[in-house]
Amino acid sequence: MRTALALVCGLVFGTGLAVSGMTNPAKVLAFLDVAGRWDPTLAFVMGGALLVSAAGYRLTRRRERAWLGDAFSIPSRQDLDPSLIGGATLFGVGWGLVGLCPGPALANLARGSFEIALFVAAMMAGVVGYRLFTREGTRPVAQPTH
Amino acid sequence: MMETTFTPWAGLFGGLLIGLASAGLLLANGKIAGISGILGRSFFGATGDLGWRVAFLVGLPLGAFVAVHASGDPLGFAIASNPALLITGGLLVGIGTQLGNGCTSGHGVCGMARASRRSLVATLTFMGAAGLTVFVVRHLLGGAA
Repeated sequence: MRTALALVCGLVFGTGLAVSGMTNPAKVLAFLDVAGRWDPTLAFVMGGALLVSAAGYRLTRRRERAWLGDAFSIPSRQDLDPSLIGGATLFGVGWGLVGLCPGPALANLARGSFEIALFVAAMMAGVVGYRLFTREGTRPVAQPTH
Repeated sequence: MMETTFTPWAGLFGGLLIGLASAGLLLANGKIAGISGILGRSFFGATGDLGWRVAFLVGLPLGAFVAVHASGDPLGFAIASNPALLITGGLLVGIGTQLGNGCTSGHGVCGMARASRRSLVATLTFMGAAGLTVFVVRHLLGGAA
């Protein structure tokens, strides 16, 4: 049941990415290019997503557990550390170079494009490499962050 | 460089679907729909959580496939072709999202929806870094990215 619901959520998420146009790197780069021919669509995508997501989060506050019985895994950290800023900066540079963040990159695998496959392979190498290097994966994960 | 058209309604509708998926995963499974976190923990996370993580990730291309084929892809698709650029970008996105604990979905949508201070700072940081990168590539270097 957990797996089935996660699949449905993934399907809806992927549909949303494609419908919003965020699977098109050119559209993302046009949002980031405020000095060029600016396309503000991404702000509307984010606004729509935040609206529903925030409503969903408010509903969790009235409940002890999720519908399927698990505790809510919600990050509690509030501190701002160099990893957060450094990681976000590296991610931002990569995002700005190609116009793909992880969600749209994976969603675009549906296109069978060589460029997407290459980008996703490099992204996976980065993810696995980082986790191997920091050995984060060998520690038990008690409270998932994001 | 492909010129794009401002599509607020499609953007808003797609955004609502993304929000619905995030709210659904949180309310039903109790999990944050952060793609980079789900992806990273699929490799070295708790094995009991592997099933839902992989299912969610597999849903992304399936959903996009259905949407693109049902609509004829009106919003288009154009990506840089330079392999070095694609590899560099992919590596930076992979490493950066793990180091910074999240991406556009985890920090930008889920975290901001919770009014998390870390997510707000992360979102402003990666938006700023991305905007600056595009400015340098397009307007200072005159590149085609």
